[in-house]
Amino acid sequence: MSERFHDIAVIVNGEEVRERVDARKTLVDFLREDLALTGSHVGCEHGVCGACSVRIDDVVVRGCLMLAVQCDGARVDTIEGVAGADEITDLQQAFVARNALQCGYCTPGMLLAAQELLARGGVPTREQIRAHLSGNYCRCTGYQAIVDAVEAVAQARAGAKS
Amino acid sequence: MKPAPFAYAKARSVAHAIELLATDDARLLAGGQSLIATLNMRLSQPALLVDINGISGLDQIALKNGDVEIGALVRHAQAERSAEIARAAPLIALALPHIGHPAIRNRGTVGGSLAFADPAAELPACVVALGGKIEIVGPNGQRTINAEEFFKGLFETALTPRDMLAAIRVPAASADSRVGFAEFARRHGDYAMVGLAACAQADGKRLKNLRLAFFGVAATPVRARSAETALAEGDVEAAVSALDADLEPSDDMHASSEVKSHLAGVLLRRVARQLGRAPS
Repeated sequence: MSERFHDIAVIVNGEEVRERVDARKTLVDFLREDLALTGSHVGCEHGVCGACSVRIDDVVVRGCLMLAVQCDGARVDTIEGVAGADEITDLQQAFVARNALQCGYCTPGMLLAAQELLARGGVPTREQIRAHLSGNYCRCTGYQAIVDAVEAVAQARAGAKS
Repeated sequence: MKPAPFAYAKARSVAHAIELLATDDARLLAGGQSLIATLNMRLSQPALLVDINGISGLDQIALKNGDVEIGALVRHAQAERSAEIARAAPLIALALPHIGHPAIRNRGTVGGSLAFADPAAELPACVVALGGKIEIVGPNGQRTINAEEFFKGLFETALTPRDMLAAIRVPAASADSRVGFAEFARRHGDYAMVGLAACAQADGKRLKNLRLAFFGVAATPVRARSAETALAEGDVEAAVSALDADLEPSDDMHASSEVKSHLAGVLLRRVARQLGRAPS
């Protein structure tokens, strides 16, 4: 079993995918190059910038710090799947309304990271929002508008529940 | 950049992992949050990656004979949420939020952090401060090493290329345990410029069995023994002065030796205040 090429079966955005992958292929390259899911972006390729964030079995990870071969048997959700399932429509709208993006390169990762925090429920403080997004770099906005958008959605979701 | 080619094997058990590690130039893959970055940058080019993520039973946190045992595959995020860690290993609980970022903590492992032995990492210093032990499995069976003997040099530990770190053990905290943790980093989640992990036992108004482990100041975590003696006697400023004898931080890309020495004193004052309080 110590080989370079491996057959994997992964549930990507709810659909089963079977592919043969080179062990050295990172998850984000697999998603982009083999599955044409280009919403996950490649930035620094060493785990610093957060542009490649995806969800594995409901947990947000760096797509550049995981190998595709490691995802055999796992569920992978990308921004295409999460946005397509209407899970973050309010968050996307808040980003647009508050200019929480300019070039958009960081936005898919930023949305997934923010949704992970928001899914815990309650209204996080601005400090907690900043801490949770600290591993996602944005070079355009200065973060203020992003924190505003996440905070607004947290308040709206909490209000909708009560 | 992209990794150079390598073969990949998924270990089914610890014994299977040890068997696979007999291959020349094989490396263990746990959380991969440091290893895969170095593969991407081609700073390491192993022939074989042995993935231990599928081995069951390595992700347990358990109280055993007065120790907290943390399995090699316990993720940072899992430890952060653990009631056992919060109660019985409060120093580690204080340190965990400083490690990387949430997505890194979702995947990175406690065992990997110790085995990697970055000189500016939080957990190695915590385990040294706590007088913890490292459980290692190798081709000749199992052995246990004290944390202070485990860290040998820059990214160098008592692990041979044929060994696997199976678990760490730290003494469980009791009602009189006192802990403190602080670090300076330029941005939240960065490796520390200087950091300090400390633990002690309250003895009336004084402290006993005080252990101060600085990180980011040398190739491995460093005990500040003269400062420990001074602080145990209650003299914080004497302890800060004693750091001159204990630490010889070298310049690095983050700060000069002088800046690090100064920051070490600032951290010691902060941690001294924390040590005066019972953990909440």
